[in-house]
Amino acid sequence: MAAERRLPVLPALGGLFPAGGLKRGSVVAVTGSTSLALSVLAAASAQGSWCAAVGLPALGLAAAAELGVALERFPLVPSPSREAGAGGWAWVVATLVDAFDVVLARPPAHVKAADARRLTARARERGAVLVVAGGGWPERAEVQLTVTSAGWEGLGQGHGRLRGRRVEVVAGGRGAAARERRVALWLPHPDGDVREVVDERRAHARRVVS
Amino acid sequence: MSGVRTLVVWCPDWPVVAAGLSDRPAAVLAAGRVVACSAIARAEGVARGLRRRQAEARCPRLVVVDRDPAAEARAFETVVVAVEAFTPHVEIVRPGLCAVATRGPSRYFGGDGALVARVAEAVDAALPPGAPACRVGVADGPFAAERAARRGLVVPAGESAAFLSGFGVSTLGNVDLADLLVRLGVRTLGQLAELPAPAVLARFGPQGGAAHRLARGLDERPLVARAAPLDLAVTAELDPPADRLETAAFVAKGLADRLHEALGARGLSATRVLVEAEWEDGERLGRRWRLDGAGGRTAGALAERVRWQLDGWMTGAGAGADRPSGGLTLLRLVPEEVGPDDGRQQGFWGGDRAAAERAARALARVQGMLGPDAVVVAVPAGGRSPAEQVRLVPWGEPPPPVPGPARPWPGRIPAPSPATVHPVPAPAEVTGARVSVAGGPWSAVAAWAGPWPVDERWWDVATHRRQARWQVVTADGTAHLLSQHADRWEVEATYD
Repeated sequence: MAAERRLPVLPALGGLFPAGGLKRGSVVAVTGSTSLALSVLAAASAQGSWCAAVGLPALGLAAAAELGVALERFPLVPSPSREAGAGGWAWVVATLVDAFDVVLARPPAHVKAADARRLTARARERGAVLVVAGGGWPERAEVQLTVTSAGWEGLGQGHGRLRGRRVEVVAGGRGAAARERRVALWLPHPDGDVREVVDERRAHARRVVS
Repeated sequence: MSGVRTLVVWCPDWPVVAAGLSDRPAAVLAAGRVVACSAIARAEGVARGLRRRQAEARCPRLVVVDRDPAAEARAFETVVVAVEAFTPHVEIVRPGLCAVATRGPSRYFGGDGALVARVAEAVDAALPPGAPACRVGVADGPFAAERAARRGLVVPAGESAAFLSGFGVSTLGNVDLADLLVRLGVRTLGQLAELPAPAVLARFGPQGGAAHRLARGLDERPLVARAAPLDLAVTAELDPPADRLETAAFVAKGLADRLHEALGARGLSATRVLVEAEWEDGERLGRRWRLDGAGGRTAGALAERVRWQLDGWMTGAGAGADRPSGGLTLLRLVPEEVGPDDGRQQGFWGGDRAAAERAARALARVQGMLGPDAVVVAVPAGGRSPAEQVRLVPWGEPPPPVPGPARPWPGRIPAPSPATVHPVPAPAEVTGARVSVAGGPWSAVAAWAGPWPVDERWWDVATHRRQARWQVVTADGTAHLLSQHADRWEVEATYD
């Protein structure tokens, strides 16, 4: 395993993680948005980490590439339970946690608490980051991200196109991450990247003062 | 699928023959150790792997020379020309060893046995006087055929696995793997072949899987080693023409680097390369080189082989009447057979190679458990809908040719792309300003745009498709990509 203890995240997401990045060996749970889950691993992937996705047959890979995920280092196991049965998901995630920097996984409907504990311990031991998408995770994750509201811009009554989306992300978790934080994000910004929403009136006021 | 029926010509002690010393007690050294010796020296106790002083102690009259691979390749050209009289598709594995697929020529000359006799006769006539007679063998696949050639056998079709079962695992040429197998009690190829394939793949990774296939008499990589699907040939025109080897070799080095880079960018490496050259007098020559095994598939190894080949043509030690006159005007390298880059070459995706190997091994385990199609990787492609903009390729397979994303795609849904693309579109109902997804509750449409019309393949009645796509935001802030086909509505993707 590489020596550094943290993997990078996009600058706009830095405020959501107490360490300012993805702590190796931790579990991050993301609910309410697939693109937020992809953004969590985008910077690490772009900077050379190997990431994998398990159990997400509907993952939009064009969106992943637009967020910065390097597709050639992002293998997918879309349907792990189809061949190997219910235990297949946990086995595949455990196998990939052994070798990858970040594993993005959507748990099946009734994931066992024992499986979740075992995978958490495995990730900690191997120094991998397990990103759990879509809720249903029986353990309390180190960092828990939830999208509470979202609004699209650019689309009108029969004209325009989807350009940018403002979301509000609530971050919580355990230990250093327990204090609740709220961050307003452009996910994505009309220019294509992920940014923090700067309150325009306040920014304007600051410009006037200076 | 068993290996392609292959004939291999093996010229024993080739480094000694190429040095013109086969009628004397002689040894060829590389890195201070004997790599080849003449029959006379062998009779006096000289063997491969000895140090110079040990060899000289056993045979005081020993003539010792350093290895010269370029001279070996140059001298081997005469043998290749002799074999080429039977079939134009001669592959040089290394100087001293070349292979041909026997399907066509065997039928023409009346069977494998007859072909072997004719090839052996022709090659022996081409060898310099005093050289040991060549050995020719036929079996399924180049690996088994090389073993057969060393014994001068024709192994009947389908019996290569039985023929190989008695050989030790060290024949695989992978020292680390052989060492590990022996320590685990697997000593022969037959024992290796009896192990279940998924277990071997899971325990020893892609290289173990390839070894297991060889031991079973199959091709090393039947699923993936195939004719290069893309036109990746690289060409250099030389103006003024190069009449010195050094100039031509310099061009060859640059070409080899370019080819290596182009393949590496696709996660591939070449296993067989056609070297083509054109000369001032209009002569065109071509020769195939196999890039496998110990030589590796680095850009350096390829450049070296091209240089040897150019040396053979330009210095013309034995090319005889075929020897081109004038300078080299064009050089082309065509990757005829490619395989996935399994880490035998350097600079894998520019990233940390250990991490890449670890990842490949874990994925091989998952494939061993769930089947090769269970692990996929996305390749960007051109298309109008989000689903068409990537192609999923089984992990480890070379990417198929895809329409380029750079081409204009009128009606393409603009970025940002949806993060959820339903593999099977969910049915939807749309009435006036309300929409219902997959039988769910009705919700009001807050904003919408479209249509992005699609009228694809109108020239073909069977695959003609006409539909329109719409972006819709509902009252709760969710955005969907809907498609309308006649009266039916579907949710193709969700921007979540």
